[in-house]
Amino acid sequence: MTRMRTFVTIAAALAILALPAFGQMSLTGAGATFPYPMYSKWFDEYHKLHPSLEINYQSIGSGGGIRQVTEGTVDFGATDGPMTEEQLKAFHDKRGCGVLHFPTVLGADVPVYNIPGVATDLNFTPEALAGIFLGKITKWNDPEIAKANPKVKLPGTDIIVVHRSDGSGTTYVWVDYLSKVSSEWQTKVGKGTSVNWPVGLGGKGNEGVAGQVKQSANSIGYVELIYAAQNKMSFGRVRNSSGAFVQASLASVTAAAAGAEMPDDFRVSITNPPGKNAYPIASFTWLLVPEEIADKQKRDAITGFLHWMLGPGQKMTEALEYAPLPKAVVSKEEKAISKIHAKS
Amino acid sequence: MSAASTALPRSRVSALADKLRAGDQLAYALTLVCAASIFLVTCLLVYQLWLGSALSRHKFGWNFILTSTWDPVQENFGAVPFMFGTVVTSLLSLLISVPIGLGAAIFLAEMALPRISDLLTFLIELLAAVPSVIYGLLGRFLLVPILESAVVPAIKGVLGFLPIFSGTFYGVSLFSASVVLSVMIVPFIISVSREVLLAVPVDQREAALSLGATKWETTWQVVVPFAKRGIFGSIFLALARALGETMAVTMVVGNTPKVQTSLLAPGYSIAAVIANEFTEATSDLHISALVELGLVLFAITIIINGLARLLILTTGARVAK
Repeated sequence: MTRMRTFVTIAAALAILALPAFGQMSLTGAGATFPYPMYSKWFDEYHKLHPSLEINYQSIGSGGGIRQVTEGTVDFGATDGPMTEEQLKAFHDKRGCGVLHFPTVLGADVPVYNIPGVATDLNFTPEALAGIFLGKITKWNDPEIAKANPKVKLPGTDIIVVHRSDGSGTTYVWVDYLSKVSSEWQTKVGKGTSVNWPVGLGGKGNEGVAGQVKQSANSIGYVELIYAAQNKMSFGRVRNSSGAFVQASLASVTAAAAGAEMPDDFRVSITNPPGKNAYPIASFTWLLVPEEIADKQKRDAITGFLHWMLGPGQKMTEALEYAPLPKAVVSKEEKAISKIHAKS
Repeated sequence: MSAASTALPRSRVSALADKLRAGDQLAYALTLVCAASIFLVTCLLVYQLWLGSALSRHKFGWNFILTSTWDPVQENFGAVPFMFGTVVTSLLSLLISVPIGLGAAIFLAEMALPRISDLLTFLIELLAAVPSVIYGLLGRFLLVPILESAVVPAIKGVLGFLPIFSGTFYGVSLFSASVVLSVMIVPFIISVSREVLLAVPVDQREAALSLGATKWETTWQVVVPFAKRGIFGSIFLALARALGETMAVTMVVGNTPKVQTSLLAPGYSIAAVIANEFTEATSDLHISALVELGLVLFAITIIINGLARLLILTTGARVAK
């Protein structure tokens, strides 16, 4: 019996080893953690449709994704924040070709808070959020918060600010938004996956921030929309650039992406976009694909997947609570795929 | 060798001796390789940290360990708040855990019935094997609320006038991290100290008792001093764990890179910031600064260990006089 099992195991191992010889191909990618559940679903579904192609994805973080794709240790990278000019230059110097950004889905950050006695969803103006996170608005009954919530009785207690302690795309989106709506934030703090926070406590991960907010009375923090939705947390509305207070939802996030002007390289921040229904603290997340791929088969596999991701793939996003791409972005990306060429 | 061919019995003896000697040499070589590999790994580690931190070392020089701004956006890095947090939480956790650990070890080795002692020791060794993230979660959701509702108000009531207990308590703080750390390291102290105390020869105890010492006098004045080196060893082990602990600390320390006098204020530690920022660090200088933090942690570990050893040497000399 055990001998039989050993034999089967060895045979299976040999079969796995031998597979690539029979036209099996695998692609590897690495990067952002935020879209990981979506990507693993996509790669799994795509593998079912194309059994000869396997796509492995390691969610090691956006920074790691950019580094690995620049080094050429993976076939594609993934990031929550677009690559900077310096990083693009470093990529070009190293690989001798450019790198393309392909938006895949959208995410958003929402303000979560815990104020004893306040059960309704609060309205936040951009000035209020920037003021709170700069440490200038220190009480809940500050006029800047109160004027947006005339019906709510706010306490005069000190505000406890909670932010992410780990570097994250979630933080990037939040501070990118604050940089756009507050010139003081822009000059004093700026934007990045980790920043030098003027005030507040750091929680590790969405769950760390949510846990800290839940445990501290009179606190405010920010978490990923998907995390808030899955954990049935209530969150505040934020005033967008056209003056409407908008609650984050898949529709209002997609509306934010539709309102933003899309450059040819897709490296765009869509925080604080125009549009009446747009939720202002949203972002794309991107796949990073080198323009030139040495192996023609690999190139075909990647472009095939990208086409599928923009078509049937987009229909799977809402089940996992990711906002799908607007149609205009999809058709623009379809055209950009042809830029990926095999080495001549 | 020529002498061996003439006298047979003697050659047999010498061959055996050769063999034994060869065995000795083999053992010598094997153990040497083991010891050297540890040394080699340590050297490689330092070399790699040194290499990886070159960018940051050249840019900031000594200012890295003298300034306290940590700004990944402006790429301005100073390690002081992290060094402060690491040293304070580790030392405070020792302050809490050493008396408790030593007391427990003395009870288990000298006072308790052997069966109870073995059972308790088994449980304590189980505690040492609990993953640190579990301690972090327990700390976050069990200990911090207790500290917040009962312990800290009591401390503030009595000692609130001291600057180290001033300010608002948010639950997460240097103090909370120290308490969680002390729970984590106390099993090491108990388990190793108990073994060391048990290893003290019975003659020592009998001699003291026969001179008319009480049980406690025997324990405190004869057994414990005899086992002092081993007990210090257990404390070093505990300290090393406290200095490098990452997950449990980051979950309860507040992750705020500021130097504040109050122990009730949030802080940060070196290991925690490395774990938090490394994956999403995109600029070379940021990564290099994080690697340099690793180097600094290594240096702190060596310095604290060195100081502790110096302490033993000097106190040991005083006792000898």
